Amino acid sequence: MARIEYKHRRPIRWMHWFNVVLLSGMIWSGLLIYWANDIYRIQIGQRVLLKLFPDAFYNTFGLSARLAEGMAWHFALMWGFATNGLAYVGYTLFSGEWRHLVPNRNSFREAWQVMLHDLHLSRVEPPKRKFNGAQQFAYTGVILMGGGSLLTGLAIFKPVQFGWLTWLLGGYECARFEHFALTVGYVLFFLIHIAQVIRAGWNSLRAMVCGYELVEEVTP
Amino acid sequence: MSTTSATPTDAAVELRRMTRRSFATGGIATVAGAASLWWIKHAVPEGGIPWPLRKMMEFNSRVSDAIFDPNRLAPTFDVSRAREPRVNGMIGLKKELDLRRWHLDVLTGGDKPVIERSLPINAIHELPRFEMVTEFKCVEGWSEVVHWAGCRLSDFIAKYGHDTPFVGLSTPDRAYYVGLDRASAVHSQSLLAYEMNGQPLTSGHGAPLRLVCSLKYGVKSIKRIGAIQFTNKRSADYWAEQGYDWHLGH
Repeated sequence: MARIEYKHRRPIRWMHWFNVVLLSGMIWSGLLIYWANDIYRIQIGQRVLLKLFPDAFYNTFGLSARLAEGMAWHFALMWGFATNGLAYVGYTLFSGEWRHLVPNRNSFREAWQVMLHDLHLSRVEPPKRKFNGAQQFAYTGVILMGGGSLLTGLAIFKPVQFGWLTWLLGGYECARFEHFALTVGYVLFFLIHIAQVIRAGWNSLRAMVCGYELVEEVTP
Repeated sequence: MSTTSATPTDAAVELRRMTRRSFATGGIATVAGAASLWWIKHAVPEGGIPWPLRKMMEFNSRVSDAIFDPNRLAPTFDVSRAREPRVNGMIGLKKELDLRRWHLDVLTGGDKPVIERSLPINAIHELPRFEMVTEFKCVEGWSEVVHWAGCRLSDFIAKYGHDTPFVGLSTPDRAYYVGLDRASAVHSQSLLAYEMNGQPLTSGHGAPLRLVCSLKYGVKSIKRIGAIQFTNKRSADYWAEQGYDWHLGH
Protein backbone atom coordinates (compact mmCIF):
# COMPACT_ATOMS: atom_id res chain seq x y z
CA MET A 1 0.00 0.00 0.00
CA ALA A 2 1.17 3.48 -0.75
CA ARG A 3 -0.38 6.76 0.16
CA ILE A 4 0.29 10.41 -0.47
CA GLU A 5 1.44 12.47 2.45
CA TYR A 6 1.59 16.24 2.65
CA LYS A 7 5.11 17.21 3.69
CA HIS A 8 6.07 20.80 2.85
CA ARG A 9 3.54 23.61 2.91
CA ARG A 10 3.24 25.90 -0.08
CA PRO A 11 4.81 29.07 1.45
CA ILE A 12 7.78 27.04 2.66
CA ARG A 13 8.31 25.64 -0.82
CA TRP A 14 8.08 29.02 -2.54
CA MET A 15 10.40 30.67 -0.04
CA HIS A 16 12.85 27.78 -0.36
CA TRP A 17 13.12 28.18 -4.12
CA PHE A 18 13.14 31.98 -3.98
CA ASN A 19 16.05 31.66 -1.61
CA VAL A 20 17.93 29.44 -4.04
CA VAL A 21 17.83 32.25 -6.59
CA LEU A 22 18.43 35.09 -4.13
CA LEU A 23 21.29 33.45 -2.26
CA SER A 24 22.94 32.41 -5.53
CA GLY A 25 22.66 36.03 -6.68
CA MET A 26 24.12 37.29 -3.41
CA ILE A 27 27.05 34.87 -3.62
CA TRP A 28 27.69 35.67 -7.28
CA SER A 29 27.58 39.44 -6.76
CA GLY A 30 29.58 38.98 -3.57
CA LEU A 31 32.32 37.28 -5.59
CA LEU A 32 32.38 40.24 -7.98
CA ILE A 33 33.04 42.42 -4.93
CA TYR A 34 35.51 40.04 -3.30
CA TRP A 35 37.60 39.94 -6.47
CA ALA A 36 38.65 43.58 -5.88
CA ASN A 37 40.56 42.62 -2.74
CA ASP A 38 40.83 38.85 -2.53
CA ILE A 39 43.11 38.58 0.46
CA TYR A 40 41.71 35.63 2.38
CA ARG A 41 43.98 32.62 2.43
CA ILE A 42 45.20 29.88 4.69
CA GLN A 43 48.92 30.03 5.16
CA ILE A 44 51.62 28.78 7.50
CA GLY A 45 54.50 31.20 7.66
CA GLN A 46 55.19 32.19 4.07
CA ARG A 47 53.60 29.08 2.61
CA VAL A 48 50.17 29.66 1.18
CA LEU A 49 48.14 26.47 1.53
CA LEU A 50 44.89 27.76 0.13
CA LYS A 51 44.11 31.05 -1.57
CA LEU A 52 40.55 32.01 -2.34
CA PHE A 53 40.54 32.13 -5.30
CA PRO A 54 43.11 31.35 -8.02
CA ASP A 55 42.99 33.66 -11.05
CA ALA A 56 41.76 30.76 -13.17
CA PHE A 57 38.59 30.72 -11.07
CA TYR A 58 37.78 34.36 -11.85
CA ASN A 59 38.67 33.93 -15.48
CA THR A 60 36.58 30.80 -15.91
CA PHE A 61 33.49 32.41 -14.43
CA GLY A 62 34.16 35.90 -15.85
CA LEU A 63 34.25 37.56 -12.44
CA SER A 64 37.13 40.00 -13.00
CA ALA A 65 36.89 43.80 -12.90
CA ARG A 66 33.17 43.96 -12.25
CA LEU A 67 33.16 45.59 -8.80
CA ALA A 68 30.59 48.30 -9.60
CA GLU A 69 28.23 45.75 -11.13
CA GLY A 70 28.71 43.42 -8.17
CA MET A 71 27.89 46.15 -5.66
CA ALA A 72 24.85 47.26 -7.64
CA TRP A 73 23.38 43.76 -7.69
CA HIS A 74 24.42 42.94 -4.14
CA PHE A 75 22.70 46.02 -2.70
CA ALA A 76 19.58 45.42 -4.78
CA LEU A 77 19.18 41.68 -4.15
CA MET A 78 19.86 42.15 -0.43
CA TRP A 79 16.31 43.44 0.01
CA GLY A 80 14.87 40.30 -1.51
CA PHE A 81 17.19 38.05 0.47
CA ALA A 82 16.35 39.80 3.75
CA THR A 83 12.61 39.96 3.06
CA ASN A 84 12.39 36.32 2.03
CA GLY A 85 14.43 35.20 5.03
CA LEU A 86 12.40 37.22 7.52
CA ALA A 87 9.15 36.04 5.92
CA TYR A 88 10.35 32.45 6.29
CA VAL A 89 11.19 32.90 9.96
CA GLY A 90 7.88 34.69 10.54
CA TYR A 91 5.95 31.97 8.76
CA THR A 92 7.59 29.08 10.62
CA LEU A 93 6.85 30.82 13.93
CA PHE A 94 3.28 31.69 12.97
CA SER A 95 2.40 28.30 11.49
CA GLY A 96 4.00 26.27 14.26
CA GLU A 97 6.35 24.72 11.71
CA TRP A 98 9.25 25.75 13.94
CA ARG A 99 8.43 22.77 16.20
CA HIS A 100 9.70 20.43 13.48
CA LEU A 101 12.73 22.60 12.77
CA VAL A 102 14.21 23.81 16.04
CA PRO A 103 16.48 21.29 17.78
CA ASN A 104 15.36 19.96 21.14
CA ARG A 105 17.23 18.20 23.91
CA ASN A 106 17.35 14.90 22.00
CA SER A 107 18.51 16.43 18.75
CA PHE A 108 22.20 16.43 19.47
CA ARG A 109 22.35 12.71 20.25
CA GLU A 110 20.17 11.98 17.28
CA ALA A 111 22.23 14.18 14.97
CA TRP A 112 25.34 12.26 15.99
CA GLN A 113 23.65 8.93 15.23
CA VAL A 114 22.39 10.19 11.89
CA MET A 115 25.88 11.30 11.00
CA LEU A 116 27.35 7.90 11.91
CA HIS A 117 24.64 6.24 9.86
CA ASP A 118 25.21 8.46 6.85
CA LEU A 119 28.94 7.82 7.01
CA HIS A 120 28.17 4.08 7.06
CA LEU A 121 29.64 3.71 10.54
CA SER A 122 26.41 2.67 12.18
CA ARG A 123 23.41 0.63 11.16
CA VAL A 124 20.94 2.47 13.37
CA GLU A 125 18.34 3.96 11.00
CA PRO A 126 17.53 7.67 11.40
CA PRO A 127 14.09 8.22 12.92
CA LYS A 128 11.20 8.43 10.46
CA ARG A 129 9.81 11.85 11.00
CA LYS A 130 9.74 15.09 9.09
CA PHE A 131 13.17 16.28 10.19
CA ASN A 132 15.70 14.26 12.17
CA GLY A 133 18.12 15.81 14.64
CA ALA A 134 20.82 16.40 12.04
CA GLN A 135 18.35 18.15 9.78
CA GLN A 136 17.09 20.27 12.67
CA PHE A 137 20.61 21.50 13.38
CA ALA A 138 21.33 22.09 9.71
CA TYR A 139 18.10 23.94 8.88
CA THR A 140 18.07 26.03 12.03
CA GLY A 141 21.77 26.71 11.74
CA VAL A 142 21.54 27.95 8.18
CA ILE A 143 18.79 30.38 9.20
CA LEU A 144 21.01 31.74 11.97
CA MET A 145 23.77 32.08 9.37
CA GLY A 146 21.36 34.09 7.23
CA GLY A 147 20.75 36.42 10.16
CA GLY A 148 24.51 36.61 10.61
CA SER A 149 24.96 37.59 6.98
CA LEU A 150 22.43 40.40 7.34
CA LEU A 151 24.11 41.74 10.48
CA THR A 152 27.70 41.46 9.28
CA GLY A 153 26.60 42.88 5.93
CA LEU A 154 24.95 45.87 7.57
CA ALA A 155 28.08 46.39 9.68
CA ILE A 156 30.27 46.77 6.60
CA PHE A 157 27.64 48.52 4.45
CA LYS A 158 26.97 51.35 6.95
CA PRO A 159 29.89 51.15 9.38
CA VAL A 160 29.40 54.68 10.76
CA GLN A 161 25.64 54.68 11.32
CA PHE A 162 25.79 51.14 12.71
CA GLY A 163 29.15 51.68 14.37
CA TRP A 164 27.98 49.88 17.53
CA LEU A 165 27.22 46.78 15.47
CA THR A 166 30.56 46.94 13.67
CA TRP A 167 32.24 47.31 17.07
CA LEU A 168 30.34 44.32 18.48
CA LEU A 169 31.50 42.22 15.55
CA GLY A 170 35.11 43.10 16.26
CA GLY A 171 35.56 46.05 13.91
CA TYR A 172 35.28 46.68 10.20
CA GLU A 173 37.88 44.19 9.02
CA CYS A 174 36.59 41.43 11.30
CA ALA A 175 33.03 42.02 10.13
CA ARG A 176 34.15 41.78 6.52
CA PHE A 177 35.89 38.50 7.24
CA GLU A 178 32.86 37.15 9.12
CA HIS A 179 30.62 38.13 6.22
CA PHE A 180 32.88 36.17 3.90
CA ALA A 181 33.23 33.18 6.23
CA LEU A 182 29.44 32.83 6.38
CA THR A 183 29.42 32.59 2.60
CA VAL A 184 31.93 29.75 2.77
CA GLY A 185 29.51 28.20 5.25
CA TYR A 186 26.65 28.39 2.74
CA VAL A 187 28.75 26.68 0.12
CA LEU A 188 29.56 23.84 2.53
CA PHE A 189 25.89 23.63 3.52
CA PHE A 190 24.96 23.51 -0.15
CA LEU A 191 27.38 20.65 -0.91
CA ILE A 192 26.09 18.48 1.95
CA HIS A 193 22.49 19.45 1.23
CA ILE A 194 22.79 18.41 -2.42
CA ALA A 195 24.53 15.17 -1.49
CA GLN A 196 21.74 14.35 0.95
CA VAL A 197 19.03 15.21 -1.58
CA ILE A 198 20.64 12.89 -4.10
CA ARG A 199 20.83 10.16 -1.46
CA ALA A 200 17.23 10.68 -0.36
CA GLY A 201 16.12 10.52 -3.96
CA TRP A 202 13.36 11.79 -6.16
CA ASN A 203 10.53 11.35 -3.64
CA SER A 204 12.18 13.81 -1.29
CA LEU A 205 13.07 16.38 -3.96
CA ARG A 206 9.57 16.17 -5.43
CA ALA A 207 8.10 16.93 -2.00
CA MET A 208 9.92 20.28 -2.04
CA VAL A 209 8.34 21.04 -5.43
CA CYS A 210 4.76 19.80 -5.14
CA GLY A 211 4.51 19.38 -1.39
CA TYR A 212 3.59 15.71 -1.28
CA GLU A 213 5.53 12.53 -0.99
CA LEU A 214 4.63 8.93 -1.56
CA VAL A 215 4.75 6.88 1.63
CA GLU A 216 4.89 3.11 1.51
CA GLU A 217 2.66 1.67 4.19
CA VAL A 218 3.73 -1.49 5.89
CA THR A 219 0.85 -3.89 5.51
CA PRO A 220 0.25 -5.88 8.66
CA MET B 1 -0.01 15.92 8.34
CA SER B 2 -3.03 15.41 6.15
CA THR B 3 -3.27 12.25 4.17
CA THR B 4 -5.12 11.22 1.11
CA SER B 5 -5.99 7.59 1.26
CA ALA B 6 -6.31 5.81 -2.03
CA THR B 7 -5.35 2.61 -3.66
CA PRO B 8 -1.67 2.32 -4.57
CA THR B 9 -2.31 3.04 -8.21
CA ASP B 10 -4.61 5.93 -7.46
CA ALA B 11 -2.05 7.43 -5.11
CA ALA B 12 0.72 7.20 -7.68
CA VAL B 13 -1.50 8.63 -10.42
CA GLU B 14 -2.71 11.44 -8.22
CA LEU B 15 0.82 12.33 -7.18
CA ARG B 16 1.98 12.30 -10.78
CA ARG B 17 -0.76 14.77 -11.66
CA MET B 18 0.19 17.08 -8.80
CA THR B 19 3.86 16.80 -9.67
CA ARG B 20 3.18 17.78 -13.27
CA ARG B 21 1.17 20.78 -12.17
CA SER B 22 3.81 21.94 -9.69
CA PHE B 23 6.63 21.57 -12.16
CA ALA B 24 4.62 23.55 -14.72
CA THR B 25 4.12 26.35 -12.20
CA GLY B 26 7.77 26.18 -11.20
CA GLY B 27 8.82 26.24 -14.84
CA ILE B 28 6.75 29.34 -15.55
CA ALA B 29 8.11 31.05 -12.42
CA THR B 30 11.68 30.18 -13.44
CA VAL B 31 11.22 31.56 -16.95
CA ALA B 32 9.57 34.72 -15.60
CA GLY B 33 12.36 35.19 -13.06
CA ALA B 34 15.11 34.61 -15.59
CA ALA B 35 13.41 37.02 -18.01
CA SER B 36 13.24 39.73 -15.32
CA LEU B 37 16.91 39.34 -14.46
CA TRP B 38 17.83 39.39 -18.15
CA TRP B 39 15.73 42.51 -18.63
CA ILE B 40 17.44 44.30 -15.71
CA LYS B 41 20.90 43.34 -16.94
CA HIS B 42 20.16 44.68 -20.43
CA ALA B 43 18.22 47.80 -19.45
CA VAL B 44 19.52 51.16 -20.70
CA PRO B 45 22.56 52.15 -18.62
CA GLU B 46 22.44 55.25 -16.46
CA GLY B 47 25.90 56.25 -15.27
CA GLY B 48 27.45 52.99 -16.41
CA ILE B 49 24.91 50.66 -14.79
CA PRO B 50 21.47 49.44 -15.95
CA TRP B 51 18.89 51.99 -14.85
CA PRO B 52 16.87 49.67 -12.55
CA LEU B 53 20.04 49.06 -10.53
CA ARG B 54 20.74 52.81 -10.48
CA LYS B 55 17.21 53.37 -9.15
CA MET B 56 17.87 50.81 -6.42
CA MET B 57 21.06 52.66 -5.41
CA GLU B 58 19.10 55.89 -5.16
CA PHE B 59 16.43 54.11 -3.11
CA ASN B 60 19.13 52.76 -0.78
CA SER B 61 20.51 56.29 -0.40
CA ARG B 62 17.11 57.62 0.59
CA VAL B 63 16.87 54.92 3.26
CA SER B 64 20.41 55.70 4.32
CA ASP B 65 19.68 59.46 4.49
CA ALA B 66 16.55 58.79 6.55
CA ILE B 67 18.54 57.04 9.28
CA PHE B 68 21.57 59.34 8.99
CA ASP B 69 22.56 61.01 12.24
CA PRO B 70 25.47 63.47 11.91
CA ASN B 71 26.38 62.89 15.54
CA ARG B 72 27.30 59.29 14.95
CA LEU B 73 31.01 59.28 14.30
CA ALA B 74 33.38 56.96 12.54
CA PRO B 75 35.43 55.14 15.19
CA THR B 76 38.72 56.75 16.08
CA PHE B 77 41.89 54.92 17.03
CA ASP B 78 45.07 55.41 18.97
CA VAL B 79 47.70 57.12 16.85
CA SER B 80 50.01 54.09 17.28
CA ARG B 81 47.62 52.13 15.05
CA ALA B 82 48.19 54.49 12.12
CA ARG B 83 49.78 53.04 8.96
CA GLU B 84 50.48 54.32 5.51
CA PRO B 85 47.66 53.46 3.12
CA ARG B 86 48.53 52.31 -0.36
CA VAL B 87 48.49 54.79 -3.21
CA ASN B 88 45.57 53.42 -5.12
CA GLY B 89 44.36 56.06 -7.56
CA MET B 90 46.46 58.34 -9.74
CA ILE B 91 43.69 59.90 -11.80
CA GLY B 92 44.22 63.66 -11.77
CA LEU B 93 47.72 63.29 -10.32
CA LYS B 94 49.57 62.24 -13.41
CA LYS B 95 51.10 65.61 -14.24
CA GLU B 96 53.80 67.09 -12.04
CA LEU B 97 52.36 69.83 -9.82
CA ASP B 98 54.28 73.02 -9.04
CA LEU B 99 53.32 73.51 -5.38
CA ARG B 100 54.41 77.17 -5.44
CA ARG B 101 51.85 77.96 -8.09
CA TRP B 102 49.05 75.87 -6.56
CA HIS B 103 45.92 77.63 -5.34
CA LEU B 104 42.44 76.57 -4.44
CA ASP B 105 39.64 77.96 -6.58
CA VAL B 106 36.27 78.49 -4.95
CA LEU B 107 33.52 78.29 -7.55
CA THR B 108 29.84 79.11 -7.53
CA GLY B 109 27.11 78.72 -10.09
CA GLY B 110 25.83 75.56 -11.68
CA ASP B 111 26.69 74.64 -15.25
CA LYS B 112 28.69 77.83 -15.86
CA PRO B 113 30.83 78.06 -12.74
CA VAL B 114 32.38 81.36 -11.76
CA ILE B 115 35.64 81.59 -9.83
CA GLU B 116 34.76 83.55 -6.73
CA ARG B 117 38.15 83.47 -5.10
CA SER B 118 41.51 81.83 -5.42
CA LEU B 119 43.08 80.85 -2.13
CA PRO B 120 46.73 80.13 -1.29
CA ILE B 121 47.55 77.18 0.99
CA ASN B 122 48.08 79.62 3.88
CA ALA B 123 44.37 80.35 3.89
CA ILE B 124 43.80 76.68 4.74
CA HIS B 125 46.60 76.53 7.31
CA GLU B 126 45.12 79.52 9.10
CA LEU B 127 41.84 77.74 9.73
CA PRO B 128 41.58 75.79 13.04
CA ARG B 129 43.73 72.68 12.88
CA PHE B 130 41.97 69.37 13.47
CA GLU B 131 43.48 65.91 13.78
CA MET B 132 41.84 62.53 13.64
CA VAL B 133 42.88 58.89 13.46
CA THR B 134 40.22 57.07 11.47
CA GLU B 135 39.92 54.03 9.30
CA PHE B 136 40.36 54.77 5.62
CA LYS B 137 38.04 52.35 3.85
CA CYS B 138 38.55 51.52 0.21
CA VAL B 139 35.58 50.48 -1.88
CA GLU B 140 37.69 47.53 -3.03
CA GLY B 141 37.48 46.04 0.44
CA TRP B 142 40.71 46.94 2.21
CA SER B 143 41.07 49.47 4.99
CA GLU B 144 43.86 51.18 6.91
CA VAL B 145 43.97 53.30 10.04
CA VAL B 146 45.47 56.69 9.17
CA HIS B 147 46.33 59.79 11.19
CA TRP B 148 45.19 62.94 9.41
CA ALA B 149 45.63 66.64 10.11
CA GLY B 150 43.95 69.52 8.37
CA CYS B 151 41.01 71.84 8.72
CA ARG B 152 37.42 70.82 8.91
CA LEU B 153 35.61 71.25 5.61
CA SER B 154 32.76 72.78 7.63
CA ASP B 155 35.10 75.53 8.88
CA PHE B 156 36.28 76.17 5.35
CA ILE B 157 32.69 76.38 4.09
CA ALA B 158 31.73 78.76 6.90
CA LYS B 159 34.56 81.11 5.97
CA TYR B 160 34.92 80.79 2.20
CA GLY B 161 31.98 78.77 0.94
CA HIS B 162 28.23 78.73 0.60
CA ASP B 163 25.42 76.79 2.19
CA THR B 164 24.44 74.85 -0.93
CA PRO B 165 22.98 71.32 -1.05
CA PHE B 166 26.01 70.01 -2.92
CA VAL B 167 29.74 70.52 -2.92
CA GLY B 168 31.89 69.38 -5.83
CA LEU B 169 35.64 68.99 -5.58
CA SER B 170 38.05 68.45 -8.44
CA THR B 171 41.76 68.12 -9.21
CA PRO B 172 43.50 71.10 -10.88
CA ASP B 173 43.34 69.34 -14.28
CA ARG B 174 39.64 68.42 -13.70
CA ALA B 175 40.49 64.77 -14.48
CA TYR B 176 39.14 63.55 -11.14
CA TYR B 177 36.11 64.97 -9.39
CA VAL B 178 33.81 63.98 -6.57
CA GLY B 179 30.48 65.22 -5.28
CA LEU B 180 29.31 65.46 -1.69
CA ASP B 181 25.92 66.18 -0.20
CA ARG B 182 25.88 69.00 2.35
CA ALA B 183 25.40 66.70 5.36
CA SER B 184 28.53 64.73 4.48
CA ALA B 185 30.50 67.88 3.63
CA VAL B 186 29.85 69.57 6.97
CA HIS B 187 30.27 66.39 9.00
CA SER B 188 32.79 66.88 11.80
CA GLN B 189 35.01 64.13 10.33
CA SER B 190 35.25 65.62 6.84
CA LEU B 191 38.67 67.22 6.57
CA LEU B 192 40.67 69.22 4.11
CA ALA B 193 43.87 67.42 5.06
CA TYR B 194 47.43 68.63 4.52
CA GLU B 195 49.24 66.12 6.75
CA MET B 196 49.21 62.35 6.88
CA ASN B 197 50.77 60.38 9.76
CA GLY B 198 52.59 63.48 11.02
CA GLN B 199 54.17 64.41 7.68
CA PRO B 200 53.10 66.83 4.97
CA LEU B 201 51.17 64.99 2.26
CA THR B 202 53.30 63.37 -0.40
CA SER B 203 52.40 63.87 -4.02
CA GLY B 204 50.97 60.36 -4.28
CA HIS B 205 48.70 60.98 -1.33
CA GLY B 206 47.43 64.27 -2.70
CA ALA B 207 49.78 67.16 -1.82
CA PRO B 208 49.18 69.90 -1.02
CA LEU B 209 45.55 69.40 -0.03
CA ARG B 210 43.16 66.47 -0.12
CA LEU B 211 39.79 65.56 1.23
CA VAL B 212 39.31 62.92 3.91
CA CYS B 213 35.67 62.00 4.32
CA SER B 214 35.42 59.38 7.04
CA LEU B 215 31.76 58.74 6.26
CA LYS B 216 32.53 57.43 2.82
CA TYR B 217 34.69 55.08 0.84
CA GLY B 218 38.15 56.34 -0.05
CA VAL B 219 37.26 57.15 -3.66
CA LYS B 220 35.38 60.19 -2.31
CA SER B 221 38.49 61.43 -0.51
CA ILE B 222 39.86 63.26 -3.54
CA LYS B 223 43.57 64.00 -3.65
CA ARG B 224 45.24 67.21 -4.90
CA ILE B 225 42.15 69.42 -4.73
CA GLY B 226 42.26 72.30 -7.20
CA ALA B 227 38.72 73.59 -6.99
CA ILE B 228 35.70 73.46 -4.73
CA GLN B 229 32.35 74.28 -6.27
CA PHE B 230 29.19 75.16 -4.37
CA THR B 231 26.11 74.21 -6.30
CA ASN B 232 22.40 73.48 -6.09
CA LYS B 233 22.67 70.63 -8.56
CA ARG B 234 24.17 67.29 -7.63
CA SER B 235 27.86 67.56 -8.44
CA ALA B 236 29.43 65.29 -11.02
CA ASP B 237 31.31 62.34 -9.61
CA TYR B 238 33.97 60.40 -11.47
CA TRP B 239 33.11 56.93 -10.16
CA ALA B 240 29.35 57.52 -10.18
CA GLU B 241 29.75 57.80 -13.96
CA GLN B 242 31.45 54.38 -13.99
CA GLY B 243 28.57 52.46 -12.44
CA TYR B 244 29.17 53.20 -8.75
CA ASP B 245 26.71 54.69 -6.30
CA TRP B 246 26.95 58.48 -6.07
CA HIS B 247 26.73 58.48 -2.25
CA LEU B 248 28.98 55.54 -1.30
CA GLY B 249 28.83 56.07 2.39
CA HIS B 250 27.57 56.41 5.94
